[in-house]
Amino acid sequence: MATPALDIRNLSVSYQTDRGELRALRNINLQIPAGRIIGIVGESGCGKSTLISAIIRLLAPNARISEGEILFRGDDLLGLDPKAMRALRGNEISVVFQDPMTSLNPVLTIGRQMLDVQHREKHPKAKKRARAIKMLERVGIPDPAEQLNRYPHHLSGGMRQRVAIAMALMTDPGLLIADEPTTALDATLEAQIIYRLQQLQRDFGCAILFISHHLGVIAELCDEVVVMYAGEVVESGTTRDVFLKPQHPYTRKLLDCDPARIKQATRKLPVIDGSLPDLLELPGGCVFRPRCDRCIETCAIERPELKGDRHRVACHVAGL
Amino acid sequence: MSVQRGVIAEIFGRLRKDSLGMTGLVIVVVILLASIFAPVLTPHDPLEVDVYNRLVSPSWQHWLGTDQLGRDVLSRVLFGGRIALKVALVAISVSMAVGLLLGMMAGFGPKWLDRLLVICFDTLRSFPTIMFALAIVALTGPSLNTVIGVIIITSIPVYGRIVRTQTQALRENDFILAERAMGASTARILRDHILPNIAAPLLILASMDVPAVVGMEAGLSFLGLGVTPPTPSWGNILSDGYSYLRNSPWPIIAGGIPLILVTLGFTFFGESLRDILDPKLRGKDGKG
Repeated sequence: MATPALDIRNLSVSYQTDRGELRALRNINLQIPAGRIIGIVGESGCGKSTLISAIIRLLAPNARISEGEILFRGDDLLGLDPKAMRALRGNEISVVFQDPMTSLNPVLTIGRQMLDVQHREKHPKAKKRARAIKMLERVGIPDPAEQLNRYPHHLSGGMRQRVAIAMALMTDPGLLIADEPTTALDATLEAQIIYRLQQLQRDFGCAILFISHHLGVIAELCDEVVVMYAGEVVESGTTRDVFLKPQHPYTRKLLDCDPARIKQATRKLPVIDGSLPDLLELPGGCVFRPRCDRCIETCAIERPELKGDRHRVACHVAGL
Repeated sequence: MSVQRGVIAEIFGRLRKDSLGMTGLVIVVVILLASIFAPVLTPHDPLEVDVYNRLVSPSWQHWLGTDQLGRDVLSRVLFGGRIALKVALVAISVSMAVGLLLGMMAGFGPKWLDRLLVICFDTLRSFPTIMFALAIVALTGPSLNTVIGVIIITSIPVYGRIVRTQTQALRENDFILAERAMGASTARILRDHILPNIAAPLLILASMDVPAVVGMEAGLSFLGLGVTPPTPSWGNILSDGYSYLRNSPWPIIAGGIPLILVTLGFTFFGESLRDILDPKLRGKDGKG
């Protein structure tokens, strides 16, 4: 098998807080094969954002990577000096952020920002401009040349997110990280952006790490899915396997809660009882045990390892 | 660059619709022109003493009369404007540049640097300006450069604090994180992304600061701490005229009106600029 675009091995990240050490990510294992789309699902606070920050090495000052390695095309990103890391950012690894309303500089025109992204290239301005126009066209922005002279507030949310995607893809990155890029948009736009991303991924051939809590979007877009819970990977596999044959109790409950899957009319949406465990004082054994209805004695004592070949799951009772 | 010219034309276009701002701009331009072309505009040497024509009222010969030494007041007012604007230009640009640099360092740098700079700013600001000026003058003697120096030192914290606050507010923004994720260096972020965001408030502040600086120069010169006689300065004209107020009010009036005009002109202009430079309003008419 070829080297994956991104290979995260045994990554643990913790935050130093006033109340002690908050273990936000614990022993994360995750692979993104080159040219595939991997989705990460999980509720708020499960460590998705910390994971992104760790990959691009822009963690908060109080965060510490306690162990593990992040291999990008075989090289450990954690071992790179800051300058080499900066050279990768926006060049080989690009990020599209959640809220397009705040992720563009409000006082600069779209054109200036799109030219700014190409600051590493030594091309004349006219050529950079032409590339920016071409990129905007590819993400489906009408009248792209005219848009370059506009300010972000002239554009709608969907348009801005397209601009952000165009900026991220401008340097033809090997890995695109999309941090809930459609959460702030309405449903029709979401579908358009997803469709566009799929098409762009085919054209550019980059790997995409797509973060979302919208299961429908993940199912539509991604080749493989990683389910995270409280800072751990609990299940991973092809989208088909995970959605059709969920193994982990958390994944099952998550799928049960998806409003799109509810067949009968109801006023009461299903919820998963309980809440995320306190990451400062983790319970021993399985992290999901307090909310799990299938747990056995072993669950309280031993932490389940992520097991399996292609469809991997971290649960003692899975498959029983 | 065509985009830049577009912005300037747009700002001017919006300014034309704001009558108060336009009034301000006209006053500012008139004062600037009058000061620049002072030697051409005045038939008299501002230093020429004419003891036979002391304290005369306005006439065709002397439009604003003469002072206690028979010097032409109009000439002195025009030349005084040169001094006032020179002080304003030098003092504001230097203190703005230094304040910008220090403010960005405080706002974007590590916490200890921020604390250190804020302590420095606060210490400087805690001196009463006049006391501070007195101390400096006692050390160096009154001169134009002393005035400029005092104003620079007391203004740096003002600009520094504003830049620091703005930078701090901006650094937490998503687009700065996005820039970092795009591989921009700190210098690049500060220059290309923070600076354009704080340029507008800074320009407005500078415009509003002109009257304060001009007033300070006049005040220090009035007290004999600034520009030394016989060099014409609005403060000197006022202090010369002060003693002869009962017999001849002309020097006081002539020295006071430009101060009022500067204050009104730059304030109107600055306020209008504040509305215009709001990026939310930019580009609304026409293509927007």
